[in-house]
Amino acid sequence: MKNKTDNLTFSTTILPKNGWFDIHLNEVWRYRDLIKLFVKRNFISQYKQTILGPAWALIQPLLTTVVFTVVFGSLAGLAADGVPSFLFFMSGNIAWGYFSSCLTATADTFTGNSAIFGKVYFPRLVSPISTVLTNLISFSIQFVLFLVFVVIYWIKGDVQPSLYALMLPLLLVHMAMLSLGVGIIISSLTTKYRDLKMLVSFGVQLWMYGTPVAYDIGIIPPKYMSLYMLNPMTPIINAFRTAFLGLGRFDLPDYLLSWLVTIVVLFFGLMLFSRVEKTFMDTV
Amino acid sequence: MEMNANMDLAIKIEHVSKEYRLGAIGGGTLRGDLQSWWARKRGKEDPNSKIGAQTNVKVGQKFLALNDICLEVKKGEALGIIGHNGAGKSTLLKLLSQVTAPTTGSISYNGRIASMLEVGTGFHPELTGRENVYMNGAILGMTKAEIDRKFDQIVEFAEMEQFINTPVKRYSSGMYVKLAFSVAAHLDSEILVMDEVLAVGDMKFQQKCLGKMGDAANREGRTVLYVSHNMNTIRQLCSRCIVLDHGRIVFDGNTEQAIEKYMECNMTTETAKSYADYQRLAFLQRDDVRILSANYIGKDSCVFQEHEKLPLRLQWKYQKDVPDMSLRFVVEGVDQTKVCASFCYHAFSGRQGEISSVDLSFDITQLAPGNYQSFYVFFASNEYGTDKELDWVPGLSFTIEKQTPGRLPWRTPAWGRLELLPPEITNYQRNNG
Repeated sequence: MKNKTDNLTFSTTILPKNGWFDIHLNEVWRYRDLIKLFVKRNFISQYKQTILGPAWALIQPLLTTVVFTVVFGSLAGLAADGVPSFLFFMSGNIAWGYFSSCLTATADTFTGNSAIFGKVYFPRLVSPISTVLTNLISFSIQFVLFLVFVVIYWIKGDVQPSLYALMLPLLLVHMAMLSLGVGIIISSLTTKYRDLKMLVSFGVQLWMYGTPVAYDIGIIPPKYMSLYMLNPMTPIINAFRTAFLGLGRFDLPDYLLSWLVTIVVLFFGLMLFSRVEKTFMDTV
Repeated sequence: MEMNANMDLAIKIEHVSKEYRLGAIGGGTLRGDLQSWWARKRGKEDPNSKIGAQTNVKVGQKFLALNDICLEVKKGEALGIIGHNGAGKSTLLKLLSQVTAPTTGSISYNGRIASMLEVGTGFHPELTGRENVYMNGAILGMTKAEIDRKFDQIVEFAEMEQFINTPVKRYSSGMYVKLAFSVAAHLDSEILVMDEVLAVGDMKFQQKCLGKMGDAANREGRTVLYVSHNMNTIRQLCSRCIVLDHGRIVFDGNTEQAIEKYMECNMTTETAKSYADYQRLAFLQRDDVRILSANYIGKDSCVFQEHEKLPLRLQWKYQKDVPDMSLRFVVEGVDQTKVCASFCYHAFSGRQGEISSVDLSFDITQLAPGNYQSFYVFFASNEYGTDKELDWVPGLSFTIEKQTPGRLPWRTPAWGRLELLPPEITNYQRNNG
């Protein structure tokens, strides 16, 4: 009883452990200026003292796309029929690229920021959120280039973008939330065990092959299709291609399933994160 | 009543403990932990435990960095926190700044806490001074609007008007620290938590910072918690001080007394010391002579009364031929100020391998009552007045007690640590009217 009256007169009370779902989103909102500054810092520091600057954001996916087009397209013949294979691979690449770079960067939240986290308090969630936003800038640059190609091919009559293109913001939020969810799960677990960190780059690569990025979904045998669709990234990549290349058709149930998985993952991630964020400094 | 009592409190710490597990956290790998767990399950020996180690030692053993700390800090108070390395000072500050959470207990406070556990946290070398001010301010919890308002003050305080648009990687370390400190000092927080940030920067700036901190506490009514090993800054800034030792508060009160208390934690009461295993400090480059042992002759305590002399026996070994060497006996007060020294010039010499010993008697009667630490130094000097230290060890401590009825108790802060002999009084005249 005495404790209760005590706490009433203080504005903040620090207690030993967080509950399982003790994320204060309003606090994150109060630190929005910090998110902005982190995004700016991440972006500036990424390309400072490089000659080409943000152009690097373009070179990497372009080169990967060329490699994919040659290896998976021309040699293996895995591209979808009816659309230029260059565009096919590029669409997969930039969408997947956004997802995977968010994932690998947020997975490093606790270990990578331990120096600053060890010295000052701010809502730890600020850090992965700003990572996701930073990557959005690189994605935008890549997307503009992609759009240029789409328009060129559209004029030539090779592709038919659809109205689903308006879904782009939703798709981006979707990918951001999914990668944030998976990323913070990994970062929460790696505070104690670094093993998982080794798995991240490998896991992301494996995940890519489980997603129709480097091949057309048509090669998946129908009997495995429902299992295949459990991968939340598959409907996203599909929707992206439907939107800009007019490839396949948009499947609502699959897409909703993907959202369900995303929300479960994100929820679980936030839960773990809030458990870990208070004391991770002791184990990291 | 209870409510009112809390009204003027800034921080209330109740029964806070912080526990760390000693040794590694498992092997640090999932595999290691699984192995240990599996071995325990089957009742076998942990394959990851050290060979020959007993089952109940170190690894996994708990260590209390803070042990049941209770503390109340009033608004506008400047509280110093002192203690030896590992006493728990930094852990306490970490808990206060929410870098990590207590194991048990609770910490309540009013307002915002700005913590300066390190200056320049989050400074990015590629960003300009201006950008870093915003960045650092935001990390410390300021909004952009607040920083906008304070920006000119910050830059002015740091004396950085000229360089504010230069990337901080071009700054000298002094400029870096000045700017970083300035940001933190201009936070609008009710509570400031600082861990020895003033140890950096030049003297002039340090004084400026101390002044700023003093203002924060005295004029602006902000609460300051300050950790330092520098007793002078503690004296200057803090009105109240706590001493931490092994995770507990061993003293809480007046700053001067706290400093005495802290220094006493340092003192030993031994009357003999062996240097067989003593690791010489890095500055000592010579190994011509090694002191083997030191002891007080015919004493079983290190407390000396008013007219007692200090009888010391030293034993040492020559590791090289030393044709001529001298001894220096240095006395230090508990606040680590040097008090005085005594010399035996050109008194010793010896050949490689020889072991010598000597009995010395030092006149310490002019030292004021208090605790002292001594140092023994063998050195070789030449006609140019320079010297080379051949060995240097911290010696035995001693305490001087003087209880003469009719005299004032000695006040070290006001009178220092030496009491000269009373003057010779001659020609004393008294005139009536």
